[in-house]
Amino acid sequence: MSVARKLRCRECGREYPLEPSNVCEFCFGPLEVVYDYAALMGHVTRERIEAGPPTMWRYADLLPVDAEDAVDIGTGYTPLLRAPSLGRELGLSRLYIKNDCVNPTWSFKDRVVSVASSVARDFEFRTLACASTGNLANSVAAHAARAGLDACVFIPADLERSKIIGSAVYGPTLVAVDGSYDDVNRLCSELGDKYPWAFVNINIRPYYAEGSKTLGHEVCEQLGWRAPDHCIAPMASGSLFTKIYKGIKELAWLGLIDWQPTRMSGAQALGCSPIAEAYDRDSWNIRPQKPDTIAKSLAIGNPADGYYALKTMRDTNGSATAVSDEEIIKGIQLLSETEGIFAETAGGVVISGLRQLVREGRVGPDEVVVAFITGAGLKTQEAVAPVLKPALTVEANIESFERALEEREGVLPLTKAV
Amino acid sequence: MATVRTKFTFLDQLIKEPIIWKLAKEFDVVTNIRRADVTDERGWVILELEGDQDEIERSLDWVREQNVRVDPVYEDVVEG
Repeated sequence: MSVARKLRCRECGREYPLEPSNVCEFCFGPLEVVYDYAALMGHVTRERIEAGPPTMWRYADLLPVDAEDAVDIGTGYTPLLRAPSLGRELGLSRLYIKNDCVNPTWSFKDRVVSVASSVARDFEFRTLACASTGNLANSVAAHAARAGLDACVFIPADLERSKIIGSAVYGPTLVAVDGSYDDVNRLCSELGDKYPWAFVNINIRPYYAEGSKTLGHEVCEQLGWRAPDHCIAPMASGSLFTKIYKGIKELAWLGLIDWQPTRMSGAQALGCSPIAEAYDRDSWNIRPQKPDTIAKSLAIGNPADGYYALKTMRDTNGSATAVSDEEIIKGIQLLSETEGIFAETAGGVVISGLRQLVREGRVGPDEVVVAFITGAGLKTQEAVAPVLKPALTVEANIESFERALEEREGVLPLTKAV
Repeated sequence: MATVRTKFTFLDQLIKEPIIWKLAKEFDVVTNIRRADVTDERGWVILELEGDQDEIERSLDWVREQNVRVDPVYEDVVEG
């Protein structure tokens, strides 16, 4: 039972009916979904949620669409793993990894697109659209296929082949746009105004963004119905970051967890860090940047929710940090080598960002810390490939193997001693 | 007649320049400011422009030439 009731402008508070719109007609501020939480009191219980499906749709009561109308390809309820080895490396005694790499198209975008595609179908759109450099495109193409909608996906003309295939396989209309990032951005904004499509992060954005809340919901449930002390998440537009916190607050409002302050800290790549830069300047004004980083999934130079991300981190006594491309690669390797999770570049940003925050004393050693890993490493293999050891090449006999191993490692294999 | 919703971002020394006044003088475009935040270090203005489509586009090209950043009101819609 969805209790979404209306849209409200986050700036001037004007209210609108639930319709495909994301901008206030009066002040052009962003719109947000408003729920009747009072109607959920007593209806939503821990038991009801625990009896739900093992997907993000177990929290359908807190989403703007009913579960039975969901376009669900099995997204969410991803593992929350205790990370003792990585914790030791970083100096954290209670570190957890929220592994959203394992979603159907291998990123957290499935959460937002699952909601957006469901709402789009409710509004009787025939076409689902987006502009993306990777993860969002994959997810929109997949969900449109599942929902029986047409998909129109805009990508930069110079996008890597692996990312194109990850969308093309679902059969969308793929449009490679020849132009700069700003050109693609402008074109897609204009298309969003002109065509009667569900552009997931334009006219469907208020609903789309709500999908990220389920990361906050899940983490609390998986911690045994308690909020983390400290969350660290990647920041691109800033929407994911603010919605994780909203998800945690919703559970507290409904009495499903005890209220306790959760600190929200965000990480960006140094080559595109407008939010972290504003945080460092102690300013509310985001200075747009031209992205130049290997963390393409975070390369939003003019973040739509940057101000709200700053507000969330300041309200919660969290902070922001930015890491270099070299540190991003080290972060990917560290997570892989300590916990067996191969993250894309955004994950490297989070792990290296967390290391930096711990060193600076901005994350406490005994806090319950959750690091959000939002996409799988197979999508950005080119980032780590140059720094990995090549395979040993041997002949098909034991002598050759042992000789090769000794040459590289200076020791013989353990099996020899057994 | 067309309307375009847009956002101008001014950096540093441009804060003191009456860009929007000049735009309205130079081009046959009606400017309607809806929301703004201007400090001594930078500022942004979200506004609606009304006029002939070609004239609006010429006016926006001129604003860009003044080194003012011009964005859709939706900010960045290309995502990772």
